[in-house]
Amino acid sequence: MSNWKLICPLEDIPQLGSRIVKPTTGGDIAIFRASDDEVFALHDKCPHKGGPLSQGIVHGKRVTCPLHGWNIGLDDGQAVAPDVGSCSKFEVKVEDGKVYLAL
Amino acid sequence: MSKSTVKPRLVLIGNGMAGVRTVEELLKIKPDHYDITIFGAEPYPNYNRILLSPVLAGEMTIQEIVLNELDWYKQNNITLHTGKQIAKIDRVKRKVIADDGTEEAYDRLLIATGSTPFMLPIPGNDLPGVIGYRDIKDTDEMIEAATQHRHAVVIGGGLLGLEAANGLKLRGMDVTVVHLGPWLLERQLDEVAGKMLQKSLEDKGLKFLIGTQTEALIQGESGRVAAIRLKGGMQIPADLVVMAAGIRPNYALAESSGIYCNRGIVVNDTMQTYDPKVYAVGECVSHRGIAYGLVAPLFEQAKVAANHLAGYGIGRYTGSVTSTKLKVTGIDLFSAGNYMGGEGTEEILLNDPYGGVYKKLVIKDNKLVGGVMYGDTADGPWYFQLLKDGRDIHDIRDHLIFGQSLVGDVGHAGNSKAASMADSAEVCGCNGVSKGTIVKAIKEHGLFTLDDVKKHTKAASSCGSCAGLVEQILASTIGGAYTPAASDSKPVCGCTDHSHKVVRDAIRGQHLTSKEAVFQYMEWKTPNGCDKCRPAINYYLISTWPHEAKDDPQSRFVNERSHANIQKDGTYSVVPRMWGGLTTPNELRAIADAAEKYKVPTVKVTGGQRIDLLGIKKEDLPKIWADLNAAGLVSGHAYGKSIRTVKTCVGAEHCRFGTKLAMDMGVKLEKMLFDMYAPHKVKLAVSGCPRNCSEAGIKDVGIIGVDSGYELYIAGNGGIKTEVAQFLCKVTSDEEVMEYSGAFLQLYREEGWYLERTCHYLERVGMDYVKGKILEDDEGRKTLYARLLDSLKNAKDPWAASREPEAIKQFIPIAVATI
Repeated sequence: MSNWKLICPLEDIPQLGSRIVKPTTGGDIAIFRASDDEVFALHDKCPHKGGPLSQGIVHGKRVTCPLHGWNIGLDDGQAVAPDVGSCSKFEVKVEDGKVYLAL
Repeated sequence: MSKSTVKPRLVLIGNGMAGVRTVEELLKIKPDHYDITIFGAEPYPNYNRILLSPVLAGEMTIQEIVLNELDWYKQNNITLHTGKQIAKIDRVKRKVIADDGTEEAYDRLLIATGSTPFMLPIPGNDLPGVIGYRDIKDTDEMIEAATQHRHAVVIGGGLLGLEAANGLKLRGMDVTVVHLGPWLLERQLDEVAGKMLQKSLEDKGLKFLIGTQTEALIQGESGRVAAIRLKGGMQIPADLVVMAAGIRPNYALAESSGIYCNRGIVVNDTMQTYDPKVYAVGECVSHRGIAYGLVAPLFEQAKVAANHLAGYGIGRYTGSVTSTKLKVTGIDLFSAGNYMGGEGTEEILLNDPYGGVYKKLVIKDNKLVGGVMYGDTADGPWYFQLLKDGRDIHDIRDHLIFGQSLVGDVGHAGNSKAASMADSAEVCGCNGVSKGTIVKAIKEHGLFTLDDVKKHTKAASSCGSCAGLVEQILASTIGGAYTPAASDSKPVCGCTDHSHKVVRDAIRGQHLTSKEAVFQYMEWKTPNGCDKCRPAINYYLISTWPHEAKDDPQSRFVNERSHANIQKDGTYSVVPRMWGGLTTPNELRAIADAAEKYKVPTVKVTGGQRIDLLGIKKEDLPKIWADLNAAGLVSGHAYGKSIRTVKTCVGAEHCRFGTKLAMDMGVKLEKMLFDMYAPHKVKLAVSGCPRNCSEAGIKDVGIIGVDSGYELYIAGNGGIKTEVAQFLCKVTSDEEVMEYSGAFLQLYREEGWYLERTCHYLERVGMDYVKGKILEDDEGRKTLYARLLDSLKNAKDPWAASREPEAIKQFIPIAVATI
């Protein structure tokens, strides 16, 4: 049922970094690449004050929002305690060195 | 849940703060290593014993001081036996036996049996109504007594005794404190401060009998205690007697199992007893001959014991210097170290009995070794830090007694005394956090460190100007449980136990040139660090090994990665460099054209004499930079922990008072320092005469031209905390200005800790040290200067570099059509 869209080669996303995907409809999606090449996709909007998570520092399976330092779990989109909040996540996969996003 | 049988078994005797803290530390670094069983004599989960006084005073409830709910034990797969006292340790069969017959075998045993109140050996000490002050049961009994009886006597005017007396008074009892010593808190205060404290407590309605010995407790008709008899025959009524004349380490159980004890369970620096399978922590131990009765050292012990139990050889406990803060609302009192002085010590005193302020600092060999403060304790944490760091105070001796003004200047309406602030007073002006919110969080969540408070309340987590104030609130809320670590041993972040100093030294000493090498060599606890340590390590690598270590953009904060300042709406601001604050019609035209072309909503003149274009989309950044570059404009680094600006006055070029060419000097300095990264931002200023129109007195390096040469000032600051730059030296030529300024900045670049401004760096190392490196060592200064020039020799404009193929990717979003 998922509609997998080819996004980019994995190498186009830096390790411990991210790229922004701009769907023609809907808000920006941030695609993250962890140090072990696992990829994650979140709505590029921090649940705190809407900061662009794609611009944060990625560490382990978390990203730190660049505006006020909230930590958001990459795999579940949940804010790390003691902060509370969540941002929506998207299905994403890597096949043959290419990143696909389910839209 | 069934437990795996292959894991080694850890048994903890004592479900109190020290023991459970050790288990928490252990779970943090090596979860699932042991099968853990905990025995507690009290029928409660682990609670915050130091907050019993607020419970007694009616400020908190028992439920609020529980540290680990029963769920915590379950979640961590820990078997908890409450209400069971261990009767015997069988070290041969390696098992413990509780008084109800429960047996539990161990591979490692941790003893944390704490201490018990010392009951004076006088007649009547076992009467009903005579209690110690140690646990929830004692507290309940006091609260109960306060509802039914009138007269309370507290024996012992120490910390615990005074807190008990204060609580009972607040609950409506008539309270007398009988104290044998010559003044109150004689183990924490000198005589003057002790008497000032007594006066304040008398004003609250407490009565004192000082230098008085209790002879006997007398039984009333009901069988309960009714009075106490003092030496000399005087009797005073007492329906409740609280013995607070000291504590005794609980080591009988350990001793009966043959473990060597000497006024406490004797442990080594890894918290092991004479039986290496048996560890002990907390108030029951004797370490290097000292048994600590305060909470703070226990946390350090817990950390060491946990490390060792986890099988990591690192970490030794070498003893603690403790500080004291009385937890009586409205009384500001702080003491630390050797406050009495003695042979070979000197004292600095400030005594204002009318204003209710008393400060005494004890100094030995140019180092602070102790202090007492009464009435104004704002600087207590600072003094304590100086004491722990063992910093040479020779250069700040003349103003030491007046304090550091640890608190920043702005954002909290000038408040600097934590205990006297109202609960509604705003502490953190950035995040709107009041004192009441902070106190509530500390109590409810059992917070002990500034970092904990930052995480839970956000106070002090933005600009940090209120950090000192938050530390004071922490200290006055949890009392002696608060201890800042020595500043050169504070861990960089939660990913490691190593300090900035240790990490810097290792990068240099071991020639580490990548973050991976650092993580591996220094045994980082996380696979790739966090947002705190990665930028620090990246800076240390590139500043220590320029041209060798490769800059890692993913370890840079967004502003440095994108070479522009992120704004609240996710757009960026662009500030082209204007060397020395100078510009040309051509540059202004290019800026105006770019502002129109990219529809820049706000154009603003900055404090650093240049122009800021605000509200630019990330994808437009490389385009606007290309346009600006074409007109000869380059990055102003307004976004970086780097050289920002060199502010100048018009100088002798135009000014009728000018003695030196300030603009020319400023431009030369700014060109020299272009693209220089540092532990934090760096700002310079050059003035052409002592009127100092470029405000050089609040810059990292300030240069003031005089007729005979230039005066150099260093480590000023104009932001959160106004700090006046200090005079370094006077030089005569422009070349010397470059060399001396450059050498100082390189010293700061090589030795500063990440996010430490020059004013913090100077405060840490002292002016004498910097003078020794820059003024007294000509060879050293020249080498520093040469290293600065070398590391900047390939400096490139990051705006131009960001348009190279690999670098530009980050600015380009990927477009995807959705169906």
